[in-house]
Amino acid sequence: MKKIRVLLAKPGLDGHDRGIKVIAAALRDAGMEVIYTGLRQTPEMVVEAAIQEDVDFIGMSILSGAHMTLFPEVLRLLKEKGAGTIHLFGGGIIPDQESVELEKQGVGKLFGPGTTTEEIVTYIRSVAAKKKQEPVM
Amino acid sequence: MTTLDRFLTGDRVALAKVISFVEDRSDGYDRVLSRIFSGGKTTYRVGLTGPPGAGKSSLVNRLAVLLADQGLRVGIIAVDPSSPFSGGALLGDRVRMQALYGRPEIFVRSMATRGSSGGLAAATKDVCVVLEGFGFDIILVETVGVGQIELDVASVCDTVVVVFVPESGDAIQAMKSGLMEIANVFCLNKSDRPGAERIKAELESILDVHRQVRMVAKDSPPPWETPVIPTVAIRDTGIAHLWEAVSQHRRYRSQADPAGFRKARARSDLVLSLTELTHERLERTLFESDQLNLAVEQIVSGRADPYTIAHQLFDSWRRS
Ligand code: B12
Ligand SMILES: Nc1nc2c(ncn2[C@@H]2O[C@H](COP(=O)(O)OP(=O)(O)OP(=O)(O)O)[C@@H](O)[C@H]2O)c(=O)[nH]1
Ligand SMILES: [Mg+2]
Repeated sequence: MKKIRVLLAKPGLDGHDRGIKVIAAALRDAGMEVIYTGLRQTPEMVVEAAIQEDVDFIGMSILSGAHMTLFPEVLRLLKEKGAGTIHLFGGGIIPDQESVELEKQGVGKLFGPGTTTEEIVTYIRSVAAKKKQEPVM
Repeated sequence: MTTLDRFLTGDRVALAKVISFVEDRSDGYDRVLSRIFSGGKTTYRVGLTGPPGAGKSSLVNRLAVLLADQGLRVGIIAVDPSSPFSGGALLGDRVRMQALYGRPEIFVRSMATRGSSGGLAAATKDVCVVLEGFGFDIILVETVGVGQIELDVASVCDTVVVVFVPESGDAIQAMKSGLMEIANVFCLNKSDRPGAERIKAELESILDVHRQVRMVAKDSPPPWETPVIPTVAIRDTGIAHLWEAVSQHRRYRSQADPAGFRKARARSDLVLSLTELTHERLERTLFESDQLNLAVEQIVSGRADPYTIAHQLFDSWRRS
């Protein structure tokens, strides 16, 4: 049976990991398989792990202010490595107008402080429902 | 070009997709496996098992680098438990495998147990077959953190490394059954911690008793002497010794009974596949049938007992 697989990543030097740990536990409790890779990941590491794990989603948590470089870079690498179907989304401290700008570039929804975990679970499920599985042979 | 075609040309994105296809038991997964199956003659599978937090992932991290530096291609399967309540899982072994990025010889895959209770997922053995078909030289399999009874790793892997730590004193007493019997190499990790010397001596004396018992039995080949290798994974100490012990066991197995050791695994793989196939067929046909519902009625109303009915149902299912 197909499971929703989500890679949760903390890119850059950002050490705020409470939010992502809350989300990791919530997604597990919602029946998803969550791969957590730890702190201080580069965009290259995030994309490599996502490909090897064949995840449907990458959720990045950024509270350091580096979102305008990290999100586009991961998006670019995903396309370059032939993994453009992976859905990139995230959360943290991201001003509204910059969220809009990132979403225009192709990043999924970005969630700020105070978001409930139900909102995030609902979002993931609704995106997952639209994905189709390709046959292998 | 299909995903399988791309897999066969060495594409890692395709490798990851094929693993999912097999792991998910998607329709036709066994046909994909039969296309890929290589017999695994050139691949060696090493299992790492032991209590939670003993340092299995940290050791895998070091071993993989050591092997890749020798030019070997290393596939890694890291298993963590699924929640029996939600079916979800938190797969965190990668946190301790930070040295494995940016290395084309290394591939890491996390797996959830998805309902299996033997320390691995039911599909782990099949993912090994996929990695073998892709051409890896060594497969490292990390089990969930185990107690004494999660022993599936012994039927999936060629050499089993049991990892324990200086704090495992009581656990060693308990380990005398189960884990003790499947260990081909003991790794005493965190030997930077106090008590390491004492626990090593304790374990060696237990192993000595085991050995004497086996000597009395007069087996034809000389029995393998399970070594105890101290390591400090966080400082990269003892890793080469650990690998040397694994390699010695590999040589021992191939010399002591070269045909037998392939046969044993082929048999256990086949039995597991048959069991899964039977179960799956039963689930799809009999478990969903009116016959079964009828039988339940009969049991509840006291007209039949479940043991007789089970035989009757099974026999008629087999004939159909
Ligand atoms: C606790 C905290 C710390 C703790 C962190 C402990 C830890 N291990 O996490 C400590 C004290 C260590 C710390 C240090 C610093 N902090 Co601080 N910290 C906070 C604080 C008060 C709360 C963060 C928190 O844990 N919230 C609780 C969790 C549950 O919420 P959350 O992380 O926001 O996550 C939610 C959403 O954002 C979203 N979300 C988050 N990630 C993701 C990912 C995905 C995939 C999804 C779907 C959703 C999602 O969903 C979550 C649930 O609602 C915030 C202020 C604030 N109110 O946000 C400042 C704050 C984040 N820190 C800040 C700063 C500047 C720092 C420091 C640089 C220095 C300093 N001045 O204190 C250091 C840097 C440390 C480092 N190495 O990175 C700034 C960041 C400014 C910015 N980005 O523009 C903030 C905003 C405070 C401020 N107003 O100035 N901090
Ligand atoms: N002191 C010391 N700590 C170590 C050593 N090896 C690993 N650790 C630490 O032990 C903790 C657990 O290590 P892991 O490698 O995650 O252990 P594990 O057996 O894979 O854990 P699970 O997969 O959760 O069962 C981490 O904090 C490591 O840094 C060691 O040799 N010495
Ligand atoms: Mg581990």
